[in-house]
Amino acid sequence: MIKVENLNVWFDDGYDRVDAVRGASFNVNQGESFGLVGESGSGKSTILRAMTGLAPTWSGRIEIDGLALHGHKRNRDFYKTVQMVFQDPYASLHPRHSVDQVLGEALHLQGFRDIDTRVVKLLDDVGLDRKFRFRYPHQLSGGQRQRVAIARALAGEPKVLLLDEPTSALDVSVQAEILNLLTDLREEHGLTYLMVSHDLPVIGHMCERLAVMKSGEIVEVMDVTQLRQMQAKHPYSQELIGVSVAH
Amino acid sequence: MNTPTSYRAWLLTDAPTSRNHARLSSFYKGWLSFRSNPMAMFGLGILIALLLIALFAPILAPHDWQAQDLSNRLQPLGTPGHILGTDSLGRDILSRLIEGTQITLYIVTLVALIAPVAGLLVGTVAGYAGGWVDVVLMRITDIFLAFPRLVLALAFVAALGAGIENAVLAISLTAWPPYARIARAETLTIRSSDYIAAIRLQGAGPFRIIIKHIWPLCISSLIVRVTLDMAGIILAAAGLGFLGLGAQPPSPEWGAMISEGRRFILDHWWVATMPGLAIFTVSLAFNLLGDGLRDVLDPKDGDSQ
Amino acid sequence: MTLLDVQNLWVKFPNRQGVFDAVRGVSFSLGRERLGIVGESGSGKSMTGRAILRLIRKPGIVQADHIALEGRNLLNLPEVEMRKVRGQQISMVMQDPKFSLNPVMRIGDQIMEAYLLHNRTSKAQARAKSLEMLRAVSINDPERVMRAYPHEMSGGMGQRIMIAMMLIPDPKILIADEPTSALDVSVQRQVLDIMDGLVKERGMGLIFISHDLNLVSEFCDRVLIMYAGQIVEVCDADKLHDAQHPYTQGLLQSLPRLDQPRKYLPVLQREDDWQKAPIAGDQA
Repeated sequence: MIKVENLNVWFDDGYDRVDAVRGASFNVNQGESFGLVGESGSGKSTILRAMTGLAPTWSGRIEIDGLALHGHKRNRDFYKTVQMVFQDPYASLHPRHSVDQVLGEALHLQGFRDIDTRVVKLLDDVGLDRKFRFRYPHQLSGGQRQRVAIARALAGEPKVLLLDEPTSALDVSVQAEILNLLTDLREEHGLTYLMVSHDLPVIGHMCERLAVMKSGEIVEVMDVTQLRQMQAKHPYSQELIGVSVAH
Repeated sequence: MNTPTSYRAWLLTDAPTSRNHARLSSFYKGWLSFRSNPMAMFGLGILIALLLIALFAPILAPHDWQAQDLSNRLQPLGTPGHILGTDSLGRDILSRLIEGTQITLYIVTLVALIAPVAGLLVGTVAGYAGGWVDVVLMRITDIFLAFPRLVLALAFVAALGAGIENAVLAISLTAWPPYARIARAETLTIRSSDYIAAIRLQGAGPFRIIIKHIWPLCISSLIVRVTLDMAGIILAAAGLGFLGLGAQPPSPEWGAMISEGRRFILDHWWVATMPGLAIFTVSLAFNLLGDGLRDVLDPKDGDSQ
Repeated sequence: MTLLDVQNLWVKFPNRQGVFDAVRGVSFSLGRERLGIVGESGSGKSMTGRAILRLIRKPGIVQADHIALEGRNLLNLPEVEMRKVRGQQISMVMQDPKFSLNPVMRIGDQIMEAYLLHNRTSKAQARAKSLEMLRAVSINDPERVMRAYPHEMSGGMGQRIMIAMMLIPDPKILIADEPTSALDVSVQRQVLDIMDGLVKERGMGLIFISHDLNLVSEFCDRVLIMYAGQIVEVCDADKLHDAQHPYTQGLLQSLPRLDQPRKYLPVLQREDDWQKAPIAGDQA
């Protein structure tokens, strides 16, 4: 479903050039959930931004659903196939738009006509009561906001969901709710997940395979049973696992 | 639903039931927080009074504002029949002030419609597009900003000819650059936010993003800025009037009235002072209103209810 | 020995709908130990920390039977006296060092200013003391750090500098409000170790406010668990996993774990009566 080969992403050409991602390669199969783990600045979120065209300068090869991507322009088909959920639900919703407006606009842009029925259905899908439909973001809790953000991502019935630390800004009890929701949605809609997180247990819970990143490079790709049995090969992955288990 | 308390509860609900309900409810909450600021309410009161006076000027004015009575010229304050005295042609100052509110409101409204809209357009487009569009638009803005406001307005009026409409145009042309600057600065922070990235990922084009997502966030700070600038605009219009380049006699524009009264300011101070006080009051009212609106509209406080 | 004793602390915010109680009748005491306060966002844990220093902004109101620092009630102190208490006797470390340091001042100047504020000494001595403090928080090249500006520092480095600054007046109590939440796990550990060492060496009392149950259970001696402005449970940190209250249990279970794979995470079922009854006779 997702094929990334020798991906390089950099910012600020010339003297100040920063190489955020260097030579990253991995595959994500249809229906799979794949995790990218690393500390801040390891380039894990940058990979998602390069895919979505939000980080314009990259080289290498990205293929999604059989379609190769170029530059930072994406076409309508891409937006229909791939959607993203952002880290901070307090920053990813327009402060002056009600839930109804947010979802309605997404549906409109994806070319749907029966917006009213679809808004209600989206709310049902993400487990939000219909009374939330006309509320503004400041009237919602963090978990409710993240549900709205997920509903917006689902508006175009995508095949791939890019999840950028979707629960790191939330309390643990709310995190559990959102992770359960994501588990359900993957099953119901047959979604493919590419999930970025600094939290190894969260990735271990959600993903079948994962890549460990350190300063822009993928140091190891392993599957979750290896992770659980602590069979990481690279010393950095071992260190990360060690810190997470010590908790 | 019919008693006042349940109506209030309906407006204050946390769970609106329709689009209009949500809009009314957030409007009402804004009004409540505005109402809790007494100074702002005072400013609003003055402006409403001004609006009513302008509307009913012919009924309210005790005399015809044009009627000259040379035998009765330069009467002091408190003269029977002329509470605020008369000017050098024996015209009732109070009547002229009342009539002048229309002109003041006319100027203010026109400028408030032209300048911020132009600034918003230039600023948001420059901020969102970036690159050479940004450079070109902002250098033009800088050129306008580099001139002192009144001097530039003077030049425009001199070129276009004296008169209220041209004065309005000149003031608008000199007033938009600061709005463009504000709008651009706001756009730059909004542009990089996650909610803009999210709507881009839904396939929204730049025009939709600017109009539906960036404007609503810029407008509130612009409205605040406009109300705070209103005082300056009124003063600029009065200044042009004072210099004889704005409203022309016998028009009872306040600045022009001061200009006329200037000749007698030592012996008959009220002739120039009364329109001056009127300008002062209206400017103050707009300033107070702006302060109150800032508390309600500032998007940075958007989370406070 | 009791350093700080808080009895029946309330923090109230009057608003249009009435009065919102952020903290509702919290009582605890602190000795020379590491006391953790855990809870979710909105549980009142940060407000408790701020209320001790009387840092609640208007229109918030702080009420308590007493907040006694070594027997002296902080609630009755005039603001001038209170300013001396802040910093000199009780220091506070915030979540994000970026917002706590002045961006246009060199780090060295900021530390020295803090030192000179509390001590009447020469600049040279202030400088020597500052370097010593930076070494105390495991900064290897304090000379370079003194010359640097805050934006040149990483998050972990910034937080160490903040801790160094807070320690300069040699406070009796350090309140740390989510001091490591903005840091990566590996850096987190180093910062915690530094704080741990300081508490032990200097015999300080530490109030460690965090949302991270595991972190607190590992790092602290005693834990207060807060929910909806009240303390629902007090326990020894190493016995946190045997906690009694359903809220604490629910929080612990909702964490994903590497050693226990499962399809769904148990979701915390909140019950209304958790909000009503504070645990009886809690003399924590």
